[in-house]
Amino acid sequence: MAVAAGALRWRGLGSAANLALVGIALLIGFIVVGPHVYSPSPTLVSAGARLQPPSWEHPLGTDQLGREVLARVMAGGRQSLRVAGLTMALTVIAGSLLGLLAGAVRPLDNVLMRISDAFLALPAVILAIALMAVREPSEGNVVLALVVVYTPRVARVVRGKALLIREMPYVEAAHALGARLTRVVRRHILPNATPELIVQGTFIFGYAILDEATLSFLGVGPPPPAPSWGNMLAEARYLIRDAFWISFFPGLLIGLAVLGANILGDGIRDRFDPRKGE
Amino acid sequence: MTRVLATRIASLVFVLWLVTIIAFVLIRLAPGDPSAVMLGSDAAPAAVAEFRARYGLDRPIVVQYLAWLGHVVRGDLGHSIYLGRPVATAILERLPVSLTLTLSAFVIAIVLGVTLGLMAAYWHDTWIDRSVSAVAALGLSLPSFWLGICLIYLLAVRWPLLPSGGFVEPWRDPLSALRHLLLPAFALGYLQSGLIARMTRASMLDALRGDFVRTARSKGVGELYVVVKHAFRNALIPVLTVSGIALAVLFGGAVVIETVFTLPGVGRLLVNAVVRRDYPVVQGTLLLVAAWYVVVNIAVDVLYTVSDPRVRLRAS
Repeated sequence: MAVAAGALRWRGLGSAANLALVGIALLIGFIVVGPHVYSPSPTLVSAGARLQPPSWEHPLGTDQLGREVLARVMAGGRQSLRVAGLTMALTVIAGSLLGLLAGAVRPLDNVLMRISDAFLALPAVILAIALMAVREPSEGNVVLALVVVYTPRVARVVRGKALLIREMPYVEAAHALGARLTRVVRRHILPNATPELIVQGTFIFGYAILDEATLSFLGVGPPPPAPSWGNMLAEARYLIRDAFWISFFPGLLIGLAVLGANILGDGIRDRFDPRKGE
Repeated sequence: MTRVLATRIASLVFVLWLVTIIAFVLIRLAPGDPSAVMLGSDAAPAAVAEFRARYGLDRPIVVQYLAWLGHVVRGDLGHSIYLGRPVATAILERLPVSLTLTLSAFVIAIVLGVTLGLMAAYWHDTWIDRSVSAVAALGLSLPSFWLGICLIYLLAVRWPLLPSGGFVEPWRDPLSALRHLLLPAFALGYLQSGLIARMTRASMLDALRGDFVRTARSKGVGELYVVVKHAFRNALIPVLTVSGIALAVLFGGAVVIETVFTLPGVGRLLVNAVVRRDYPVVQGTLLLVAAWYVVVNIAVDVLYTVSDPRVRLRAS
């Protein structure tokens, strides 16, 4: 795991990516610690305080049912990040397994890659929406749909890496020394694919936040009353005239979270790009 | 060359065929039988049997697939359960809206992306370059529907300059159509312009370092001519590739933008079909999107050879 250890040792990622990392940490802190500091319930309806603009009493204003936008944004963020985190983890695992399988077993390679071609012919959002047609709109099913959508993309990357490394002299040497396939995969292929997997995982984290919001916005994501950034935007869309703040804040947080993930992904990729010097 | 193109088209048609399998299998993933979803769980057994016979659900699955594929090949995408009309008709009615939106967004994405990319590469490592990078990064991160909502708030509500939604056919009233299209097309196109700007910048940086650029300059060729005619011409291929991807992705992004701006396009059709569990419409739309991807890819392949004669030699 020499390469992977190098990946984890802190050597800086460039100023933009470091900033993005701090930003993501702050965002997670805001969402996780926030509710302990600011305690109103995100689903508590208050008829007397409907559509209040941002003020000291209601930091980000209230929505059409008098619910606190700040509390809802924090609760919605927890759902968004949970979906994104789970999607990232499961996609990386499933994509690695399928990619290694395709890279190691020749006859399977062609079949798996053709199937992934078909998946790649459909834009991610469209495929996810279509998958939600046959599943109940719930958090678990959104994760499932996104994992199905992104697994072929990760599998292709891992497979490419596996095919490349398989031909390396040191792998040949390992084989000559009697190493089994599982050992070659564990000791050589996987560690070498790890940086690329981290990069892909970071991007998928960002895409998943965006896609979950899109699905919720279109009404096929996790259902209300539990807030998510996407379904907050869906509800607030009809209130643009009277209460723009209800739409503004969840969208802003989606943008910031995705921006953070994208910049971080770019930074990690540059960090491992052999064409860029140390 | 024709042979190369023929192989490409064949492989893309093969992809399209695989998508028909995905679209068909998708419906099989539905919990239980489609009849349960469409008739309700407490439907009379006779009604269920009648429904299953009518839609051929009582036959073996391979037979069902082949029968369905046979119809699809002949342009018959089945009957919409909710709308009570042929799926192909419903899609064709809404296609002009989605195509108009997609193509306008594409024009915006290309013009914005290429211009920004050229500027960033030309003024490499200056504040212009850095601003373009920031604009591009934002484009890749902001949700298009939120951008749409913000644009509606600013330009239709706060300062009512443009309509907040609706569609006017360009061939009926071009000016009004343009006013209606401007916000949705920008919200959609801006996102893809980021990717195009990045690719243009990277590709131009390489091209501007080329010997032929130095030669052109030392010959006394005008700066604008050097950049556009000499450098950009050579930087075109990666830009074309990413533009092709953008055009394919934009069609998918249109789904969300159509919802924000209440445009009666294919995207609205798909979302409504998903909510109503109108499976034939979902299948039909999936095939349309995949077909769009295939057509765009073939077009890009053809453009490669037009834009760069060397491609002909390389292809084999």
